[in-house]
Amino acid sequence: MSPPVPAAAAGVQRSIRRTLLVVVAMFGFGFALVPLYDVLCQVTGLNGKTRAAVADAAPMPVDEARTVIVEFIASVNDEAPWEFRPDVTRIEVHPGRFYTTHFYARNRSETPLAGQAVPSVAPGLASLHFHKIECFCFNQQRFAPGEGREMPVTFRIDPQLPAEVGTVTLSYTFFRLPGQGG
Amino acid sequence: MTATTAGHDAVHDGHDHGHEHAPPRGLWRWLSTTNHKDIGTMYLVLSLTMFFIGGAMALVIRAELFRPGLQLVEPMFFNQMTTMHALVMIFGAVMPAFVGLANWLIPMMVGAPDMALPRMNNWSFWIMPFAFALLLSTLFMDGGGPAGGWTLYPPLSLQTGAAFPFVILSIHMMGVSSVMGAINIIATILNLRAPGMTLMRMPLFVWTWLITAYLLIAVMPVLAGAVTMLLTDKYFGTSFFNAAGGGDPVMFQHIFWFFGHPEVYIMILPAFGIVSQIIPTFARKPLFGYASMVYATASIAFLSFIVWGHHMFTVGMPLAGELFFMYATMLIAVPTGVKVFNWISTMWRGSMTFETPMLFAIAFVVLFTIGGFSGLMLAIAPADFQYQDTYFVVAHFHYVLVPGAVFSIMAAAYYWLPKWTGHMYDEKLGRLHFWCSAIGVNILFFPQHFLGLAGMPRRIPDYALQFAEFNMISSIGAFIFGFSQLIFLWVVIKCVRGGEPAPAKPWEGAHGLEWTVPSPAPHHTFQTPPQITEAEAHS
Repeated sequence: MSPPVPAAAAGVQRSIRRTLLVVVAMFGFGFALVPLYDVLCQVTGLNGKTRAAVADAAPMPVDEARTVIVEFIASVNDEAPWEFRPDVTRIEVHPGRFYTTHFYARNRSETPLAGQAVPSVAPGLASLHFHKIECFCFNQQRFAPGEGREMPVTFRIDPQLPAEVGTVTLSYTFFRLPGQGG
Repeated sequence: MTATTAGHDAVHDGHDHGHEHAPPRGLWRWLSTTNHKDIGTMYLVLSLTMFFIGGAMALVIRAELFRPGLQLVEPMFFNQMTTMHALVMIFGAVMPAFVGLANWLIPMMVGAPDMALPRMNNWSFWIMPFAFALLLSTLFMDGGGPAGGWTLYPPLSLQTGAAFPFVILSIHMMGVSSVMGAINIIATILNLRAPGMTLMRMPLFVWTWLITAYLLIAVMPVLAGAVTMLLTDKYFGTSFFNAAGGGDPVMFQHIFWFFGHPEVYIMILPAFGIVSQIIPTFARKPLFGYASMVYATASIAFLSFIVWGHHMFTVGMPLAGELFFMYATMLIAVPTGVKVFNWISTMWRGSMTFETPMLFAIAFVVLFTIGGFSGLMLAIAPADFQYQDTYFVVAHFHYVLVPGAVFSIMAAAYYWLPKWTGHMYDEKLGRLHFWCSAIGVNILFFPQHFLGLAGMPRRIPDYALQFAEFNMISSIGAFIFGFSQLIFLWVVIKCVRGGEPAPAKPWEGAHGLEWTVPSPAPHHTFQTPPQITEAEAHS
């Protein structure tokens, strides 16, 4: 079929241009969702993502009257030969005060390993009020063959934690970093 | 309108085949054709082929589930069957069937001589056989085909073997084909309508396809992006969905369902259009509430973009998110209810007859509504925690897709076969096919509601003993439904090869431009555009 005459042909050209623009824009939008998603999670605390950065250590009023239970969970994501567990599984804290607890990790293999712990807080909205000033999850952790060590986390719960939240669970998943002694 | 008229005349004069010349014969005709009717036929044949391939996979699944325990296939192969059945049926059977119908009917319904971009049309089609050859070939590769579900959630889907890049490439090819088809349909509807065919005089099938085409160009690129990210995560060391590198597997679900929910409307809006053509014909009354049908379709399309979260209520969404997605999803029931109301009102006090297309259309209204109601149940966020990933979900989406989308395609085939072939189909066999299908499909899918409510998970090759009876009933229904489709195949072959000659308008109550041309429709129609008046459009 030969192309239609100018009037219809111009319309068809316009339709093609506009629809192609939509196609390109939507392909870009799919990728734009990646940073948008991260920003949204950081700002709103959805999804339990905690701040990667070191929290502000300025003093806060301590709420002695309130007790919040903090639970610790450690898991290993793949079949990497890690041993990984919290020293204590739950502590009671007062909002506003700093606490330090330890996780223990050991490389059970004969080769050096490097890993990264990825934190997650449940319920998700509590992650906005969970501040870490020191954490082994801030850095990659390297282990010689058979090496095991205690790794500290220092954190506090913001007194602004919503009143209905009585228990906060901090979970770490340990990932082997590919291509780095793994 | 003068400009448009001039446009059509020029199309007429400039056509290089000449009007009444027979098309070239043999394989070359089909490889090189730019004729919308030829391309429509090829899409429909491809779709029917894929329907039987995907159906055979479904029968493997149902045969394995006939009894508890593992008897016929390996669990890994079973998982490949569930994944491939979905991919083949969605991208290979339902979508190409609607595109085939669009190719055949939209130019004739709007009074255009052909699609706006006939050469691209040829290309859109011929990508498809290659895409599916690639997809199906993965079943024979090391590690087998994809087995992590058609939704391709990472990290599971990233464990696919050698098949993985082939699956991604075939999805890209299907996406390119769909997007080109959609651009063509938009360009045709917006620019090649005959004089007097204003937007609000267009047949509803054209309207629903226009809106569907916009959904396609909006979401197929998002799917392309999502699968590209999977590909780079697996082979190029990116961490879009890998938590170790700062990514998040849940994000895939968000991106996927941002595509996935509009996708389910891509598979049902054209069905709404078909049923809105057929019911008025056999009720011998104009469609009740034409304008409200158009607005309802547009509302459904808009809402489809903001409800994706209801597929992932259990990922740990905050309460506000669950409430938003729950209410937004329930809102879709309003325009859908308008449609069902309009179809029933069209039949109200009509002079109804029950030829095969009408039987399928009425079954569509009833059974699709059942699927809609189970969808409402799933939309209730607190209840969804119980239903998530059970057979209740399987029953729900098969009710909307099989007696929904597939029945509408069957109805369309029976309705327009006389126009396509020039012969009437065998009405007795058609009705036999309908009753076997309608009874079979309910025996097949209704018990799955009970299985799901009792807690049977989906995508498992073996199950606990208390699920045995309903699974056996469901499998029996599957074999009734599956084999009764051979009747359809026979009816189509018989109708193509001969039969009682069909008049230009074989249905007494039919309206629309496609019934003004002879049957079978000549190779070229509306070289000179018709003039449409208000009375003709909505009589």
